[in-house]
Amino acid sequence: MSIILDHVNYVYEAGTAMEFAALKDVSLTINEGEFIGLIGHTGSGKSTLVQHLNGLLVPTGGNIYYNGKDIHDKEYNKKELRSRVGLVFQYPEHQLFEIDVFSDVCFGPKNLGLDRKEVELRAYAALKQVGIEDEYFYQSPFDLSGGQKRRVAIAGVLAMKPDVLVLDEPTAGLDPKGRDEILDQIAGLREETGMTVILVSHSMEDVARYVGRIIVMNRGQVMFDDVPRAVFRHYRELEEVGLAAPQVTYIMQALRKSGLDVDTDLTTIEEAREEILRAVGK
Amino acid sequence: MLRDITLGQYYQTDSVIHRLDPRVKLTATVCYIISLFIVDNIAGYLIAGLFLAMIIRLSKVPLKFMVRGMKSILFLLVIAVVFNLFLTPGEVVLTFWKLKITREGIRLACFMAIRLVFLIIGSSVMTLTTTPNNLTDGMEKLLGPLRHLKVPVHEISMMMSIALRFIPILLEETDKIMKAQIARGADFESGNLLKKAKSLVPLLVPLFISAFRRANDLAMAMEARCYRGGEHRTKMKPLIYQKRDRMAYGVLALYLAVCVAVGRILL
Repeated sequence: MSIILDHVNYVYEAGTAMEFAALKDVSLTINEGEFIGLIGHTGSGKSTLVQHLNGLLVPTGGNIYYNGKDIHDKEYNKKELRSRVGLVFQYPEHQLFEIDVFSDVCFGPKNLGLDRKEVELRAYAALKQVGIEDEYFYQSPFDLSGGQKRRVAIAGVLAMKPDVLVLDEPTAGLDPKGRDEILDQIAGLREETGMTVILVSHSMEDVARYVGRIIVMNRGQVMFDDVPRAVFRHYRELEEVGLAAPQVTYIMQALRKSGLDVDTDLTTIEEAREEILRAVGK
Repeated sequence: MLRDITLGQYYQTDSVIHRLDPRVKLTATVCYIISLFIVDNIAGYLIAGLFLAMIIRLSKVPLKFMVRGMKSILFLLVIAVVFNLFLTPGEVVLTFWKLKITREGIRLACFMAIRLVFLIIGSSVMTLTTTPNNLTDGMEKLLGPLRHLKVPVHEISMMMSIALRFIPILLEETDKIMKAQIARGADFESGNLLKKAKSLVPLLVPLFISAFRRANDLAMAMEARCYRGGEHRTKMKPLIYQKRDRMAYGVLALYLAVCVAVGRILL
């Protein structure tokens, strides 16, 4: 179960004065069960990239393979692909439309042509997975709070039981508490179901704690693709493209510079605490 | 997907025509359309065509974009030509079954086709070289005198600018929602008419909600900046005629004079 992008290019408005190359020769392999952070500044091409993963955008050059099959082959079943690769857009709450929360979550599985019982079971499970209580099921989605709306929208994609879940800036516009809740839930879901998760973000801080691999996009190209600690080692280069490593990296680098012998390859506050205690205690 | 749709819109580049005052372009477009109906012979249309070619050349907009607008009126064009061709009385040249083609009919049909094509291309030159905001500014200024007749000129032009400004935003929004619903397995293409109409609900409901939300936000932002209509309102970039605008008026007057002379007098 893998997604392979082979020299993918994408150009917006080709042939006009507004022509803009959003992706330039992007080659990636995404393996089953990975937890990936896709990071880039606004306009770096990360949103364009994820829309290629489920065939919403057709690359202007290159190929995309899902499980070894070219997804733009004529015989390829795109609908099937979209149920396998679930894409949660930015501000997904803007796509809610049904009269109550439960029917909105049913929309996805219903489109898969499942029978009513299966549809409702899936919707129920998905709503539980994102922590929406029964009392909200028959309320209008428009009466919920911002954070709840977003979770309902995520449940709408989860109910399709995708193998790969792609979330485009799932924490945009949420307060710190809402942000942590959603990210914790996604991490928990991944543990539980073993699905591949791709988290798109412009904040290293957000993803550093969770993901096992970070892909940094800059001007439509892959800049770094490695485990978090290896990516953060390039914190100077990251700054140049308008990104930053987590604050922990900066603290550790500063401590190192002032003479304390600490390991700078750390990503979380907990690790940093242990390391500083170790260095000081010695 | 929907990003590819352009509504006869602005083509960004830098040219003499782009820099002209929008009032000049509006007046010129109206005059050009009038001129198309004044002239009545081949020499006149030749001049109109040359004039248009010159403007297009100066505007640096690729011809492709001008012709794109033609697709939408192709149907109208065909009907106009067919009706003129067969239904004009006069000296019969050809007869099919009950239909007669007359010499006058051919002449009229040709002229009608030329007129329509020039008319569409002429007005698309204006919309391609003028930003919507500039266009409504120009219109507001030109229609200014109507204020004395209690016509709410400023309000009308403000409504027009807002409407125009929101077309691309709502198109983008539509594109986004459509993609989000397709990602949830929605199908906007297959099925019969009823099914297709039903499939639009997941698109239209969020779109309307978003349009109202945006309208609300905009109203709030305008209120916060103490907007209260056109009275005593000044502009950051007032429209002032430059030397090139006066020259353009001169060229336009010359063109009209030639048109009247060639098209009417030298019949």
